[in-house]
Amino acid sequence: MRTSTRGSRRVMALAVAAALTTGLLAGCAEDSDDGSSGEGGGNGGGGKTTLTVGTFGTFGYKQAGLYDEYMKQNPDITIKENVTTRTDVYWPKVLTRLQAGAGADDIQAIEVMNITEAVETQAAKFVDLGKEVDKSQWLDWKNAQATTKDGKLIGLGTDIGPMAICYRKDLFEKAGLETDRTKLAEQWKGDWGKYVEVGKEYMKKAPKGTKFVDSASSVYNAALGGGPKRYYENDGTVVWDKSEGVKQAWDVAMDVATSDMSAKLKQFDKPWDQGYANGTFATVACPAWMIGYILEKSGDAGKGKWDVAAAPTAANWGGSFIGVPTSSKHQKEAVALAKWLTAPEQQAKVFAKQASFPSTPSAYSTLKPAAATTEYFSNAPITEIFSASAETIPSQYFGIKDQAINTALTDIGILQVEQKGKSPDEGWDAASEEIKDVLGQ
Amino acid sequence: MTSSKEALAHSASSADAAPGDQPGAAGRAHGRGTPPPGSTSWRSRLYRWDMKASPYAFIAPFFIVFGAFSLIPLLYTAWYSLHNVQLANLDGQTWAGLDNYQNLLSSDFFWNALWNTFTIGVISTVPQLLMAIGLAHLLNYKLRGSTVWRVVMLTPYATSVAAATLVFVLLYSWDGGMINWLLEFVGIDPVNWRESDWGSQFAVSSIVIWRWTGYNALIYLAAMQAIPADLYESAAIDGANRWQQFIHVTIPQLRPTILFTVVVSTIGATQLFGEPLLFGGVSGSKGGSEHQYQTLGLYMYDQGWIIGNLGKASAIAWSMFLILLIVAVIQLLVSRRLRKSQ
Repeated sequence: MRTSTRGSRRVMALAVAAALTTGLLAGCAEDSDDGSSGEGGGNGGGGKTTLTVGTFGTFGYKQAGLYDEYMKQNPDITIKENVTTRTDVYWPKVLTRLQAGAGADDIQAIEVMNITEAVETQAAKFVDLGKEVDKSQWLDWKNAQATTKDGKLIGLGTDIGPMAICYRKDLFEKAGLETDRTKLAEQWKGDWGKYVEVGKEYMKKAPKGTKFVDSASSVYNAALGGGPKRYYENDGTVVWDKSEGVKQAWDVAMDVATSDMSAKLKQFDKPWDQGYANGTFATVACPAWMIGYILEKSGDAGKGKWDVAAAPTAANWGGSFIGVPTSSKHQKEAVALAKWLTAPEQQAKVFAKQASFPSTPSAYSTLKPAAATTEYFSNAPITEIFSASAETIPSQYFGIKDQAINTALTDIGILQVEQKGKSPDEGWDAASEEIKDVLGQ
Repeated sequence: MTSSKEALAHSASSADAAPGDQPGAAGRAHGRGTPPPGSTSWRSRLYRWDMKASPYAFIAPFFIVFGAFSLIPLLYTAWYSLHNVQLANLDGQTWAGLDNYQNLLSSDFFWNALWNTFTIGVISTVPQLLMAIGLAHLLNYKLRGSTVWRVVMLTPYATSVAAATLVFVLLYSWDGGMINWLLEFVGIDPVNWRESDWGSQFAVSSIVIWRWTGYNALIYLAAMQAIPADLYESAAIDGANRWQQFIHVTIPQLRPTILFTVVVSTIGATQLFGEPLLFGGVSGSKGGSEHQYQTLGLYMYDQGWIIGNLGKASAIAWSMFLILLIVAVIQLLVSRRLRKSQ
């Protein structure tokens, strides 16, 4: 009896010790979960130069085989990508590393909502790429977003997010709606309000368990990207509550949120992914980069059921830049790689794989989506649809706190109306409170 | 049964005595020494020096690490909290005095976060500890494969917060989640677990409970096994049944352990961060559209890393620290009270 308790006590001690260590290890694993191992530069084995590329989400460089191709062309270069999935985790980390002057990758990606903050507060920490490249390759407004007042270009444009509407042809058919992409585009042309009208039609005969759109926020973001102004004047003063673009987008989003046509999902959440897999919503505002996302999340079950139609108005949503921090130990090599990655030919390759739309117009004539993508989206001419949208995108100015203001409006204001049944006015007030907090007023 | 504090005091006094003993021991070694005199003095000096310095060298790593990763950040945070510091401009800080703290006291978001931290703390800690005691009691019986049960109980604790929370997010999903599906099965309307006020707090608490119950149960179990068997025997002779034994023998004997777990759980609850952040998914640092489960930890993260106002975030961090100190004092008073009444 006595020995047995002692034995079991020893087992207990072991178990506790094991649990504590696994706990610690799990803690470490969590840290590296959200991404990078945080190595800056340094020489790899064999006298090779190792370049690190810090990105968030899916940039498609690896997927399109660009790193391998570059390493083959430049045998003395090894490329390592540090991916952080979430932008809200990625960007603060970059900011602190830039200011510490250490730990940043040789190439660092910058999301469009953060580009003004980078230009206005971190310009000194980035290499001026203006002298290194032929700036005329890029869209003018794309360059302008990454250029400081004294003309320094801190980032090269990667993709842009011209807008379309991706819709489930099969669900539209069941709901008795038009399924032809050109005729559909005609129905909602020029006004997001008309798109909401189509949604109301859809909901009358909606197939069981489906809604018209994934979320009111996605409609908001899509509509906002087509307005002339977002939250700031071009001189940097905040005008979010007076901006015409914000008002229009808000009204459309409220129309969606209060009419039961939304699946009430939060974008980039796990349940949203599941919504794609289970086909619980019939349309989604579809910037070019969304194509790759749908391909991945909707999977085989969605093959041939999706189609793409032109959006009500030309709009831009998302898109990024890549810059080279001055702290990089291999600036010359990093600049060369950044140039190569953003050159029109490479952007076209990323488009073929991931449908991220180039920011270099000279690539447009060569764009060809992969056969599998075309097939997946019912042979929709996605190149033409996105190119047409890209040509008329209004040039928008992004302010320093653009991202935080946007989050307040979508994830506080709209979500309260959509999921908690608050009135649009209450939602707006809640967002206002939040934005005051964000701006430190 | 010595209380934990007395035990601490005892170990502290023995630690104090230890350095005093060493020179004496060294002296004896010297007296007994036989090697030639010249080398003896050098050697013995080295030996004495070794005896004096080594303990410090042995404990130094902890204090160096503590200084580098706890003390300096703590002081630096205090400094930051008195300044206006933006994440994008760390060097351009300006003196703000107590503005950040004043700002907090007048902010609805802060009081909301404080209240949420309290409510989530209560609804996660209380059931968790009660269940842990119950489980420990059951495990204390002789049963087949007891080791297996004990290890199984620890697995939730060994799982990473991220992985566990992601599974819970799916379970609590508004549309097609398993929990709503079960509710529907018994005829209850589905609940929007993430956005409803009490539903979201309950959901977050359930993750905490799931993770920590087994851990606390093992601590209780260890304490239960240290209770002398004769106490139970004499209780049995007096005619106490199992339940009476549990109430009158086990619980009083566990009192110091219970106090320990309450302290640890309270600290954990005050710092609750990972579960609500991940439960919220994208923009999880807001703690829901009405901040209905935004804890102090989340509010601090949101201010510092999402909004980029590091000065205010530092003020929140220090407020949390002060709150923990207050909680510690209350617990000290309570434990003193308990001991007197014993």
